[in-house]
Amino acid sequence: MPIATLPLATVGIGLLAVWSLFVGVSDVSLATLFGGTPGGAPDQATQVLLVSRLPRTLALILAGAAMAVSGLLLQMLVRNRFVEPSTAGTAESAIFGMMMVSLLAPEMPVFGRMAVASLCALAGTGLFLAILRQVPLRSPLVVPLVGIMLGGVITAMTEFIAYRQDLIQSVRGWETGDFSAILLGRYELLWLSAALTGVAYLAADRFTVAGMGRDVATNLGIDHRKVMALGLVIVSMTTAAVIATCGMIPFLGLIVPNIVSLVRGDNMRGSLPWVALMGAGLVLACDIAGRLVIHPYEIPIGTMMGVIGSALFLYLLLRRNGHAG
Amino acid sequence: MPADRRLLSPTVVLGGLSALTLLSIALFMTLGARGKWDFILAFRGTKIAAMVLVGYAVAVSTVLFQTITNNRILTPSVMGFDHLYRMIQTVLVFQFGSGLVASLDPRLRFGVEVASMVVFSGLLYWWLFNGAGRGDNRRSLHLLLLVGIVFGVLFRSVTNFLQRIIDPNAFLTVQDRLFANFNRVDVELLTVSALVVLAVSLAGWRWRRTFDVLALGRDAAVNLGVEHRRAVMAVLVMVSILVSVSTALVGPVTFFGLLVANLAYLVIRSHRHALILPAAVLLAVLTLVAGQLVLERVFGYNAALSIVIEFVGGLAFLFILVRGSAR
Repeated sequence: MPIATLPLATVGIGLLAVWSLFVGVSDVSLATLFGGTPGGAPDQATQVLLVSRLPRTLALILAGAAMAVSGLLLQMLVRNRFVEPSTAGTAESAIFGMMMVSLLAPEMPVFGRMAVASLCALAGTGLFLAILRQVPLRSPLVVPLVGIMLGGVITAMTEFIAYRQDLIQSVRGWETGDFSAILLGRYELLWLSAALTGVAYLAADRFTVAGMGRDVATNLGIDHRKVMALGLVIVSMTTAAVIATCGMIPFLGLIVPNIVSLVRGDNMRGSLPWVALMGAGLVLACDIAGRLVIHPYEIPIGTMMGVIGSALFLYLLLRRNGHAG
Repeated sequence: MPADRRLLSPTVVLGGLSALTLLSIALFMTLGARGKWDFILAFRGTKIAAMVLVGYAVAVSTVLFQTITNNRILTPSVMGFDHLYRMIQTVLVFQFGSGLVASLDPRLRFGVEVASMVVFSGLLYWWLFNGAGRGDNRRSLHLLLLVGIVFGVLFRSVTNFLQRIIDPNAFLTVQDRLFANFNRVDVELLTVSALVVLAVSLAGWRWRRTFDVLALGRDAAVNLGVEHRRAVMAVLVMVSILVSVSTALVGPVTFFGLLVANLAYLVIRSHRHALILPAAVLLAVLTLVAGQLVLERVFGYNAALSIVIEFVGGLAFLFILVRGSAR
């Protein structure tokens, strides 16, 4: 039974998460945690665990699951297997929004920032869909191409403004996912994306139907437009929350849903828990690897994911061609 | 477009472009100049030389690349060539240490880099065009494009990865040469590059009629007696050398070539390389010099030209992609 493997996978991811708690420069181990210090002062290991390690691990799980689910959602809505927030202009638009906020209203609280970034992400994704509507889609590969190029144009715009205003460094920070600065109080925005992922799960059946196209969906009694809008809002807000917290994690939303669909097919309610789990697992594994390779320094996850993700994406592309041709 | 298709003959267009280019160079050299002329001429002259060389290399490599791939939206940079070059540079420093690499004669170092670039890109793109490029043409073209772009991301990530774990001193030697900037050009490298480009051009000029035949597509070219495989390989080698030159001088400029090559086809309306190549080169130099002039004199700042080109080129790419798919 494939269902029975789900708890097993959860346990596996749980083990990864526990491992993630104990990787790092500062000495955190069972011995230091429970060794205790005389005098009742909170000892250092416990503090590192609570302020840095635990938030980081939680952030990894939340961001990984959320980005993977966003990818799946976007793929359903656009009806294309090669789309995810970083190949649809969504992430780049969110970064543009973040930059504009830093420029025009640097005092704005983090929720305001995210709101602006979400709106920009929504607009960018909308633009992407509008362009797609102009293109009679002879090839599914045109869709990610248009998305990547649109992202490139938006990035050029962002960098042009950032260059003049000395914001290039912040922009680079959002462009490269990195969990090393996550501390207690700096990741809580991600719970919002967890909530949105929950909404996506509740509406999963509608998205599955919407993924069959407007005509089928309308015939089955679903307001295609509303479902599309809901999905786009979820994807944009999730992407904005992740970028505002830890920066962009490229390819994650592309690879995980594709691999899950190879194994499990396209029923969203059935595959969504898997996508969320595998997303969290992949991010955890990449982050742990990034922290171990050049210990005591670390490689940001954006870089790790860029290497692993593009290699896997290439494999998916060329494998598909082998089957088709 | 009906009757006015050939309103201007290619010769007139080329003449006009040359005049404009010379004018912009003259303006660039003289406008807003204060102080000693021998300093200004040397300072701005180096910039102009770099721009001419880069414009030339980008334009020629793009046109030739489009000829052998038979497509107007492919460029070496879109296919990840210059990220490959940057990766090779980083790997060399990583593998052999900055001391050795820095102590090498720049000309020798350049030679090594170009040689490894030619070998790697030759193998990689040969495999790509011959292995993955078969079958349904339209789909394989988009597949190629996507694969190229993803290769670019992969090379860039590997480069970033290595630059993270490389020792900081070594990183400085690499970093110095990885960003698009016309203001800081190595004069010694400029001379070497000019010689290399000259050699490639002399070799290429003798082939110009072969290029015209290659542009007809593989089957036609073979029928007309061109040794297709050898010719394509030769062009790939030329392209890698030219890309190395432009990337080594100022760093990658992704969509620039796409822009000027397509503009050249638009204004010349011919498929003869003897006309297209000069037009593309003139357009490239004109864009660079005039663009830099406007940025420096009108907006008052220096190094953002590559970002502007990226923006305009990206828009052009989207436009061509959308229009091309619509047809």
